[in-house]
Amino acid sequence: VSADATMALLVMLPLVAAIGAFVWPRWARPVGMAATLALLFLGAWLVVLVSRSGHLSQAIGGWAAPLGIRLHADGLSAMLVGAVAAIGVLISIHAHGEFDGSGGKESARRARYFWPLWLFLLAALNALFLSGDLFNLYVTLELLGLAAVALVALSGGRAALAAAERYLYVSLVGSLLYLMGVALLYGGHGTVDLALLAERVEPTTHARVALVLMTGGLMMKAALFPAHFWLPPAHSSAPAPVSAALSALVVKGGFYVLLRLWFEVFDGAAVPDAAQVVGALGAAAVLWGSVQAMIQERLKLLVAYSTVAQIGYLFLVFPLASNATDRGVLWTGALVFLLAHAAAKSGMFLAAGNIKRAAGHDRIRDLDGITHTRPLSAFTIGLAGVSLIGLPPTAGFVGKWLLLGAALEQGQWWWVGVILVGSLLAAAYMIRVLTHAFMLAPEETPSRPIPRRMEWSAFALAVLALLLGFFAAAPAALLADVLPGGGGP
Amino acid sequence: LSGNALFLLAGAALFSIGLHGAFAAVTALRRIIAVNVMGNGVFLVFVALAAGDPPDPVPHAMVLTGIVVAVCGTALALVLADLRRRAETGADEEEAG
Repeated sequence: VSADATMALLVMLPLVAAIGAFVWPRWARPVGMAATLALLFLGAWLVVLVSRSGHLSQAIGGWAAPLGIRLHADGLSAMLVGAVAAIGVLISIHAHGEFDGSGGKESARRARYFWPLWLFLLAALNALFLSGDLFNLYVTLELLGLAAVALVALSGGRAALAAAERYLYVSLVGSLLYLMGVALLYGGHGTVDLALLAERVEPTTHARVALVLMTGGLMMKAALFPAHFWLPPAHSSAPAPVSAALSALVVKGGFYVLLRLWFEVFDGAAVPDAAQVVGALGAAAVLWGSVQAMIQERLKLLVAYSTVAQIGYLFLVFPLASNATDRGVLWTGALVFLLAHAAAKSGMFLAAGNIKRAAGHDRIRDLDGITHTRPLSAFTIGLAGVSLIGLPPTAGFVGKWLLLGAALEQGQWWWVGVILVGSLLAAAYMIRVLTHAFMLAPEETPSRPIPRRMEWSAFALAVLALLLGFFAAAPAALLADVLPGGGGP
Repeated sequence: LSGNALFLLAGAALFSIGLHGAFAAVTALRRIIAVNVMGNGVFLVFVALAAGDPPDPVPHAMVLTGIVVAVCGTALALVLADLRRRAETGADEEEAG
């Protein structure tokens, strides 16, 4: 498959499959599985293509910028598209068991709407990571938000509907803040193309106002403290595969666009002090999210607050990258951390969903003996937890280690403290869950059976987070010429 | 004050009013309208930026796309508000999955 066709198919295939799954609900499950498998091959192929030839660029339909839509892939986009594909397949396998449609009218309704929405979500993610202009990014952010909100509403309960509604407003307001920034930039520079803007943007007042508006909007979407309030209810009340996809992939979309904005478009035009502020919000997210995770009574809420904390680490990259001379190490650290969190957190959410399904509840206090009744799911939570805490040899450790190294090298020692305290807090909330899991149940606890693929898919994700730690050098090669500093590629 | 600047200021004002409304509104319908007002503010800024002789077509295309997106968002918001109202009046109560 040619490079152009690969990029176009990564967006078109899930889009067409989504419509197919919606029109023929009877075939939704096989269509969904086939499409995610095909995406796995396409995603892997894109990584190969980019590692061979560096940047790929394609003007759709032969229409060049500024009028046409440009698809663009570099090492960063390729890694993220690959991650979406790999994690997407495992989430699909879990969803194959979760949404089998057996179990009455309500279950059939969920099965009917899950597959089209999930495929739309995948299409939006791929389009987001392959977009080469700011306006197209706006459209893909909206697609992503709408699909994600509808998926949260899927479980249909009162709590889920209220959470979905709140998520929708945050998402819409965030998008409009971003779009206002796009308008200002277009007005000032006459283009929305990322590469062209990178050449033209000067540190003027209106460019800074645009950056502030867009950063604010994207922080809401990425759930950075203090705009994280919508995440725990939304992520915890959704069905398990949806929670996994939202925490692992969707929140990363906002972070990705911020990286492009700050270090491609506005590189050099942004004020280092502003990067310190973003880093401080990240630090606050690490501490606040971890403390909240420690005091939660419900397993899924604990996992959701852990996402708030882990998102915080990603934003520590901003102050570090603003001063770095060699950014390659930093991007590797951030991306390994991002991928580690994506794999570990999706595995943990799927396992938490399994435990909730088996036990009929997810009250942490009453999970005694779960290692006995659901050993694989309990082990998955432990293994994913090790990566989230950041213990060697997991990818979570490698990511944190590289960030720590960069912070020490630049003498920004305050971030070192944040990373270490955050890790201790993560250990505390994970151990709290595991203590209960390993405790012997006072009496024989009832446990409903779970399809085996639902446990193995979760376990595979946790193993992925572990294995990534051994192959952390691979991203480094791909990221060598990404967002290099000093004016984009 | 040129006509163009007036449009830009009006757009900024609508945007701010909508932004305030989106956070301050207590009912779903008010919030939906507030978000739409905010969106119209952005569109007005885009259209004002397109002014000139000949006018720039690119922002017009963006506004059209933006309107389509806004309609989708509004539709989803209305459906969710309706579903939640039904759930709260107790038509179908169940524990969230």
